[in-house]
Amino acid sequence: MEDRSVMELREMAETYKYDFKDPYLYKEIFDKGLDEDKVIKISKIKGEPEWMTEFRVRAYRIFISKPMPKWGNTELLNKINFDDIHYYVRPQEDHKRSWDEVPEYIKKTFERLGIPEAERKFLAGVTAQYESEVVYHSIRQDLAKQGVIFTDMDTGLREYPEIVRKYFGTVVPPEDNKFAALNSAVWSGGSFVYVPPNVKVSIPLQAYFRINARNMGQFERTLIIADEGSEVTYIEGCTAPIYSSQSLHAAVVEIIALPNSKVQYITIQNWSKDVYNLVTKRSVAYTNAKVGWIDANIGSLLTMKYPSIYLLGEGARGEIISVAFAKTGQHQDAGSKIVMAAPNTSATVTSKSISVGSGRASYRGLVKVYKEAKNAKVNVQCDALLLDPESRTDTYPVIEVHQPNAVVTHEATVSKISEQQLYYLMSRGLSPEEAKTLIIHGFIENFIKELPMEYALEMNRLIALEMEGSVG
Amino acid sequence: MLKINNLVVKVKSMDKQILNGLDLEVKSGEIHCIMGRNGSGKSTLGHVIMGNPEYEIIDGQIYFENELINDLPTNERAIKGIYLAFQNPIEIPGVTLTSFFRYTTKKFYPQDMPYSKIRKEIVELLHKFGIPEDTMKRYLNEGFSGGERKRIEAMQVLVYKPKLAILDEIDSGLDIDGLKSIVRYINEYVEQNPNTSIIFITHYSRLLQYLSPNRVHVMINGKIVASGDISLAREIDEKGYLWLENNVGA
Ligand SMILES: Nc1ncnc2c1ncn2[C@@H]1O[C@H](COP(=O)(O)OP(=O)(O)O)[C@@H](O)[C@H]1O
Ligand SMILES: [Mg+2]
Repeated sequence: MEDRSVMELREMAETYKYDFKDPYLYKEIFDKGLDEDKVIKISKIKGEPEWMTEFRVRAYRIFISKPMPKWGNTELLNKINFDDIHYYVRPQEDHKRSWDEVPEYIKKTFERLGIPEAERKFLAGVTAQYESEVVYHSIRQDLAKQGVIFTDMDTGLREYPEIVRKYFGTVVPPEDNKFAALNSAVWSGGSFVYVPPNVKVSIPLQAYFRINARNMGQFERTLIIADEGSEVTYIEGCTAPIYSSQSLHAAVVEIIALPNSKVQYITIQNWSKDVYNLVTKRSVAYTNAKVGWIDANIGSLLTMKYPSIYLLGEGARGEIISVAFAKTGQHQDAGSKIVMAAPNTSATVTSKSISVGSGRASYRGLVKVYKEAKNAKVNVQCDALLLDPESRTDTYPVIEVHQPNAVVTHEATVSKISEQQLYYLMSRGLSPEEAKTLIIHGFIENFIKELPMEYALEMNRLIALEMEGSVG
Repeated sequence: MLKINNLVVKVKSMDKQILNGLDLEVKSGEIHCIMGRNGSGKSTLGHVIMGNPEYEIIDGQIYFENELINDLPTNERAIKGIYLAFQNPIEIPGVTLTSFFRYTTKKFYPQDMPYSKIRKEIVELLHKFGIPEDTMKRYLNEGFSGGERKRIEAMQVLVYKPKLAILDEIDSGLDIDGLKSIVRYINEYVEQNPNTSIIFITHYSRLLQYLSPNRVHVMINGKIVASGDISLAREIDEKGYLWLENNVGA
C-alpha cells in the first residue's frame, strides 16, 4: 500500500483536473459570452452556406428562449454560467509543446493505460499530428474506394452539402432541449460519416477519431448516415482522460440507419472532473435496421446523456448498453430512450452503474410504445453497484405503452459488494482494491465483451487505476 | 506452523458465541483431521484462521509461524501461506475463472511469468481435477455443481502452494470416485512438498480411509474435546459422536 507508485497514482487521481490546459494551442477569437452576432460570425468565418447560418440563428433563439431543465441535477446545472464561456476557438497549428513539459503523472497514466507511444504524444499535445499518419491515410484510401465518407463535420458540410443538408438536425432538432439548441447554434468539429448502400465497413471507424479525441470541440456535432444494407461501427473517445480548457461540453450525435443497415456507436469517455458533459445522442432506425449504442461514462463533474433509438420501420432493432462510473463529487445522470413506432420492433437496454465514495449514478429511462408497434418487445435492465455506504443511485423509469400486445419488461437491481465476496477474493491473496476491481469487472463484463480487444484491455486497466485512487 | 490458544469467537453482528476456548497445534508437514457434527463450529474455525470479518475473536491467540495473526487482514494471511478451501465457495457474477486466476496468480507466481503460461498450468491442473477447460470461461462458482466447486477449491492448493491448507468438507457433494482422485492428488502433492501442513475438516469418517493423518480431533460445541490418532476416527465410526459427548459431558 505504501509503495511509491501507489501513492503517486492516488495523487494523480486526485489531481485529475489536468492543469496543463492549453493556453497556446487554441487562439481565442471571441470574448466570452454569446449573442446573435457571434453566432453569425462563427458561420461566416467557417464560410458556411446560408441555410446553415439561418439554422444556427434559429437555434440560438431557441437556446435563449428555453429555460434550464427542471429535472436532473439542477443544483449543478444552475451553476453553469453561459456568459463565462468561449463559444468559438480556432485551432492554432503551429505550437508544439515538448514531451518534457508534460507532467510526469500524465505520462504515467498513458503508460498505465497502455496507450501507444505515438498516441501518447498526440494526446498530450506534443505533436499536432498522429505520427502514424501513413497508416491512417491508407485506411482512408480504402474507405474512399468503397465510397465511404469519413471526415470532420466542417469539411463534410463544405464538401457534401446536399447530404448534410438533407439529414443535419433532422434527428435532433434544436427544439429538442436547451443544450441541443446551444450546440446547433455554435457547433464546431465532430465527425461526418456516410456509408453507401450495401457497403460493410470492416474496420471500426476508430483510429481517426481516437487520435483526434483531444481535438474534440466542446460543441462537436456528429452525423452518421448508414445507407440501405450498409454496416458500420464507430468509436469515439478513448480511455485516456480528456482535458479541456472549457468545462462545458454539449455535443450532439445523430444517426440515421436506413433500411437493413447496422450501426454500432461505441463511446468511452473519461472527462476530467470539472467537466459538464451534456450530450444529446439520438438515432432513427428504419425497416429491419439495427442500431446499437455502447456507452461508457467515466469522469466529468456532471454527465447527462440518454442515448435514444427511434424504431420507425418494421422489424427495426435497438440495443443500448451503458456503463457509468461515478466517484466522489461526480454525478452520472445517464439513461436511455426507446421509442417504438412500427410493428415487430425490439430493443434491449442494459445499464450498469458503479458509485464509489459519495459518487452518484442515476438512471433515467423512457420506453414509449406507440399503437402502431404491434408485437414490440423491450427489455430494460438496470443494475447499480454501490461501493461505499455514502454512494448513491436512483432510477427514474418512465414506461408508456399504447399497444396492448407489446411486451415491456423492466428490472432494476441495486447491489453492494458483499463483505463475503471481498473476503473470498482476499483469501486468494487479493488486496481489497484488487478484489473490488475484479468484482467491478465482473459487474460490467457484458459491456466489456462488446468492445474491440484493445479498448477492452484499456477499459480494464482504467477501472483498476480508478479503483487504486479511490479505495483507502 | 499453526498454534491456537484458548480461542473464543463470536459472530460479529450478534450475540452468538461459536468457539468456546479452542486449542490446536499443527506442526510443519503434519496432516490433521477435524471431525465433528454439523454445527459444532468446524467451518467457523477455518474462517477465523483465514480472517473472515464476520467473526470476532474475543479471547485467545492464533499464531502462524510464531507470529500472532489475530488482526492480520485476510489477504496478508493468504500471502503468508494460509489457504482455505471453502465449504461453500462464494459466487462472483461476471468474473470468469480466467480473470480470477489472472489476478490471484499474480500474487503467487513469478512476476515475469506471462499469464498465457500460467493459464496453461491452471488448465492442466483443472483437467487433473476433472474440470474441463471450458470452465475457465464460466463465472466463478456461479451455477457450479457441488462437485465442481469442491474440485476447484481443492485444486487451488496446487496453484497457490500454501504452507497450511485447510480443506473444509471437500468430501461433501462429491461421489466416491471424485473424492478418491482429489484426495490422491492432494496426497501426491504433500509427498512432493513434505513441509505442507493440511487440516481436513469433515463430518463424515469416509474421508479418513483415504488419509493417513498424524492427528485426529473431535470438535463438539466449539471446542476440541478429544484428540488422538486414526483409531479415534474408527471409534467414532463405530460408536458415533454421542459416545464422546457423553464421555466428556459436553
Ligand atoms: N455468520 C454466522 N451467523 C450466525 N450464526 C453462525 C454464523 N456462522 C456460524 N454460525 C453458527 O455457528 C454454529 C457453527 O457453525 P459452523 O462453524 O458452520 O459449523 P460446522 O462447520 O461444524 O457445521 C452453527 O450453529 C451456525 O449456525
Ligand atoms: Mg461446516
